[in-house]
Amino acid sequence: MYARTIPIVPAAHAKDGAFEYLTTRKDELIGWARKFSIFPYPFVTACCAMEFMAVSASPYDTDRFGAALPRFSPRQADLLMVVGTVTHKQAPILLKVYEQMCEPKWVMAFGVCATSGGFYQNYAALPGIDKIIPVDIYIPGCPPRPEMVIDGIMQLQDQIARSSHPIITKTF
Amino acid sequence: MAANVFDTVQQALVPASGPGSLSHGILVLLLAPAELLPTVQRLKGEFAFDIFLDVTAVDWLRQTPRFEVVYHFYSTLHKVRVRLKTRVDEADPSVDSLVPLYGSAAFMERECHDMYGIRFRGNADLRPILLYEGFVGHPLRKDYPKQQEQPLVPYRS
Repeated sequence: MYARTIPIVPAAHAKDGAFEYLTTRKDELIGWARKFSIFPYPFVTACCAMEFMAVSASPYDTDRFGAALPRFSPRQADLLMVVGTVTHKQAPILLKVYEQMCEPKWVMAFGVCATSGGFYQNYAALPGIDKIIPVDIYIPGCPPRPEMVIDGIMQLQDQIARSSHPIITKTF
Repeated sequence: MAANVFDTVQQALVPASGPGSLSHGILVLLLAPAELLPTVQRLKGEFAFDIFLDVTAVDWLRQTPRFEVVYHFYSTLHKVRVRLKTRVDEADPSVDSLVPLYGSAAFMERECHDMYGIRFRGNADLRPILLYEGFVGHPLRKDYPKQQEQPLVPYRS
């Protein structure tokens, strides 16, 4: 068998205290990685879409938070951004989109209509998407300012960083 | 010019419909339900009202007849609008469909049927267009409770 001897050379920085390894908790490490790679799925139904475009584009730039690349398949997305009014007629579609997303997944209610139905308290509108799917972060406003959306994303990042991330079993 | 067209239309239709009125530059005629289809036929054929703009309804709760069905037509030749109104009762809220005259009436009559429950005789396709299958009642009627929901997805408890 062919064998090759690999010379073992001491690293140049071995003695000067430079960065060689670090200790961390698994949840912290994975949370840190996940919070900067939020792939959003924009479920955009109404006028809040304008604000979503504003906050995604370069002046505000959600890419700074790792949340800029919209995936137009829910199967590739982590964050379901429900942007705008959801009607009762549309609720089954929203539920289907949510159920297609893989774990881990988060839901953001963007704007007052997705949060509570807003001023549409009538036969047509769903009074808040949390009636049918769990929501992690609510952003009020009609429409919300881009700063509020960015604040919401940062709060969601904190939630992700602080939460437990079982990746193999429930205990690991 | 608009006044001339209105005069002609009014004179031609007065025997059947009674004197109309002028509201915001639109000629308004109040018709009996049976007069509707012949009047629209004449409006389209003789007076070149070639665009059917809308059909909607007004719910005058506690009046009889309860519903007022409102039509708007526009003439691209004369550049004027005409509004036709007809009253139907709650017991049988049905009028003749305008689908044979204007194809676009099909969708607008579906919407009016959704919201007010007006039945259009001759419109073969009155499935819900804005509402969904299984919705009970007609939400723009004044006696529909404002916040009564009919969710399609069961709520999380």
